Amino acid sequence: MTLILGVLEEGLIYAVMALGVYITYKILDFPDLSVDSTFPLGAALTASALLAGLSPVVTLFLSFAAGALAGCATGFIHVKLKVRDLLSGIIVMTGLYSLNLRIAGGRANVPVFTQDTIFENPFLAGHVPAVLAPYIMVLILLFIIIVCKALLDLYLNTRSGYLLRAVGDNESLVTSLAKDKGMVKIVGLAIANGFSALAGSVYCQHKGFFEISVGTGTIVIGLASVIIGIQLLCPENGTSPLTSLKLPTVRPTTAVIAGSIVYKACISLAISMGMEANDLKLITSLLFLVILVVSAERRKKVKPHA
Amino acid sequence: MLKLNNINKYYNAGTVNEMCLFQDFNLSVAEGQFVSVVGSNGSGKTSMLNIICGSIPVDSGTIYIGSENITHMPEFRRQRRIGRVYQNPAMGTCPHMTILENMALADNKGKPFNLRRGTNKKRVDYYRESLKSLGLGLEDKLQVKVGVLSGGQRQAMALLMSTMTPIEFLILDEHTAALDPKTAEVIMELTGKVVKEKNLTTIMVTHNLRYAVEYGDRLLMMHQGQAVMDEAGERKASICIEDLLERFNAISIECGN
Repeated sequence: MTLILGVLEEGLIYAVMALGVYITYKILDFPDLSVDSTFPLGAALTASALLAGLSPVVTLFLSFAAGALAGCATGFIHVKLKVRDLLSGIIVMTGLYSLNLRIAGGRANVPVFTQDTIFENPFLAGHVPAVLAPYIMVLILLFIIIVCKALLDLYLNTRSGYLLRAVGDNESLVTSLAKDKGMVKIVGLAIANGFSALAGSVYCQHKGFFEISVGTGTIVIGLASVIIGIQLLCPENGTSPLTSLKLPTVRPTTAVIAGSIVYKACISLAISMGMEANDLKLITSLLFLVILVVSAERRKKVKPHA
Repeated sequence: MLKLNNINKYYNAGTVNEMCLFQDFNLSVAEGQFVSVVGSNGSGKTSMLNIICGSIPVDSGTIYIGSENITHMPEFRRQRRIGRVYQNPAMGTCPHMTILENMALADNKGKPFNLRRGTNKKRVDYYRESLKSLGLGLEDKLQVKVGVLSGGQRQAMALLMSTMTPIEFLILDEHTAALDPKTAEVIMELTGKVVKEKNLTTIMVTHNLRYAVEYGDRLLMMHQGQAVMDEAGERKASICIEDLLERFNAISIECGN
């Protein structure tokens, strides 16, 4: 039971970040590596803010804003300074590493166990019945992810959201609509990295500490979640291994959240089968490789009919 | 009124491959004129359109719309007044968005793309009506993704979308070239209808000499960055395909191909 709860908690935290990666990877078609640094940015900011006595809820918004700012930086470097997409992400990622350390007060590890968090505070302690106590973290995380998902779904159906989807689909159409495609990309990157930093903030409050290395491999987790989710639940060419189950069609955002949980389940399965925690990143990347190869194979099978 | 004055355009300037496309090129298109442009490959037809739209910069010279100098205006700002249909049917629509969403996008051109609902429910009937006018049965497929439509259907939509909001110029860049003869005919008839209805100033590049003769009230033949033939009004009306072909052959022999 604790294992399942653990998987759900981890999965839901990273799902927030995966929603951001969904925007850059699936909608914008932009390989954005800056999430690797905006995730710890949110964590660092949260750790410092909590120690400074800020309300845990405020840190969530603060982190989102900081992440959005970093996303703007990536977008600015790519769009205005005309640096290749992958490199602009790497520049921001590398630069933010130092900045994250500074935000955390020059320490690579900042414990915040003693501070109130969104998971542990006097309000919750006073109001949550004892039966619910083991599940409270999952419930709070569920609430956060549902709010994020609903807001993103709403946004994607606004005019601005339409434009965001259009820019990844067909840039020249956005120009034809008399809109600057560069600005649209910057907005997309800002939202994506906002989500990533928000996930970092939640992560920090969940674990009770900030650690500079938490961001390494974030992009891989995000991409894996997006690809698993989309392939399983709403494949573009209708060849999901689950199609035979006649699952109801879901929105891509829901699929991404499910993908994140499935992915974390796979990881924890690997660890429970005897892998060491030190092998975590190795498992992460190998699993990602398997996912990429498998999803590429499916595409090949369908092509001849097209 | 569109005016290109003393346009100079070099490709690969400063290298051994330097090529001068336009040297002191001038063109002026009157309001409401429908110009058909023909010419062999590399004669500068598409480059001319790209220069007008701002897709490529000029080395010197000025471009005016009316009395406004747009030479240094970025491409996306110029598009506010220009509608453009490309040769490739995939360029004018978003394949992963539904027909309805594409229509809503096009309908919002020139208005702010803010946080209001993307598809205005009150406009759906209007979209359906205008899709019906295409006669392709698209009005019953509003929720279908554009990516599954055929090239002809997409090009018809691209034409509809680029002329949905008020524009001053319509730029057609070989917009029937990638279609089969039958569909090309349909799209061309549609083009003629839309241009007439909305009284648009139009520049159409085409390789189909018949379309160049049948449509438009001015004909331009380009060769090596110059207009070697420029006829309007009565004289344009009296041109037949044979005349064009003869002229075309004469030019080609000069070049040795």
